[in-house]
Amino acid sequence: MHELAVCQALIDQVEHLAREQHALRVARIEVTIGPLSGVEAQLLEQAYPLAAAGSLAEGAELCLEPAPVRVHCAQCNRDSDASANRLLCAHCGNWQTSLLSGDELLLRRVEFFREQAYV
Amino acid sequence: MCDTCGCNVTHGNRHLIAPGGKLEKLGRHGSAVSVLSSLLTENDHVAAHNREHFDRHGVLAVNLMSSPGAGKTALLEASLERVKQRYRVAVIEGDLETENDARRIRAQGVEAVQIVTGTACHLDAHMVHKALHQIDLDAIDILFIENVGNLVCPASFDLGQHRNVALLSVPEGDDKPSKYPVMFRAADLVAITKVDLLPVLDDFSVERARSNVQALANAAPLLELSTRQRDSLEAWLDWLEQQVAEHRSRCARGESLRPRVQPDGAVLHGLATSG
Repeated sequence: MHELAVCQALIDQVEHLAREQHALRVARIEVTIGPLSGVEAQLLEQAYPLAAAGSLAEGAELCLEPAPVRVHCAQCNRDSDASANRLLCAHCGNWQTSLLSGDELLLRRVEFFREQAYV
Repeated sequence: MCDTCGCNVTHGNRHLIAPGGKLEKLGRHGSAVSVLSSLLTENDHVAAHNREHFDRHGVLAVNLMSSPGAGKTALLEASLERVKQRYRVAVIEGDLETENDARRIRAQGVEAVQIVTGTACHLDAHMVHKALHQIDLDAIDILFIENVGNLVCPASFDLGQHRNVALLSVPEGDDKPSKYPVMFRAADLVAITKVDLLPVLDDFSVERARSNVQALANAAPLLELSTRQRDSLEAWLDWLEQQVAEHRSRCARGESLRPRVQPDGAVLHGLATSG
């Protein structure tokens, strides 16, 4: 339910960048999102057109790239894939791991239209 | 200089206009910027500002999170009588509607500011910042922030707190940490509440709850509490006392503290992998 708030924060940030770049409007937004970010990609996609309406990002393509859950094991010093609610080392089963990837909620890249396209 | 063919770009800046570079040109009419910042940058900025305020006044801020009805207000009510003997305390209450919780805290003789969020399912750093205008931080040692009852959304918003406490009440079941990993991964302390119900709700296993929290790579201490068994609150009061003492020595050294899971950890990670 907080995805709309997250989306509004995204649009604010993108509009700020667009003004900084003297862009006319936003063409494409790339976001990386991990399962442990607490934000659901599908809900973000649904909230996006509502948050973007009337902004410089209206009509811009939103591209969500999922981030895998990866952990590093302090015991056997190896990395492995994990699921969001079992962050155990896949090699030795140890639970004292640190998260390498999976909690990202990152604005990676924004594309802008800088000039009026010639018709 | 010529902006079309890129001849004005020096060799050292060539990477900026390369594909994926910070100032990559897209055909004739476009450009792109690599950002790699948290979507919640604005919230995190205000949260950092809140944390600076707390640190400057030597205040420990503790964020209480749980599902609705797990006993956040009851735990505060039951412990404030003892806590206020040693520390000066204020409470920020977050709810969708009503001043009920703030009234319950005020009945304990403790200052409480109610944030009524309307439809918002979580507190954010801006709401807390606004509430802080009503609290004299010089007059308190501990600020409890009772978040909106919700095991999902509050976990994603940094408020500027130093510690996250997640409550899990016995009637909810011992598998909640597995069902809500984002919340329980963020906890610096997990409080199993309503443990007086364990004899009747014998399908709840404290050990299973503990191993479910550990499976989130979280070594946070797990306390068994019941507001109906006042002795059980000792461990919670001891934990608080330890946190205040540690925070005071940190403030004296000019250092601060973040909750276990740092929202900008993801940002640093993103920068590290892109480099």
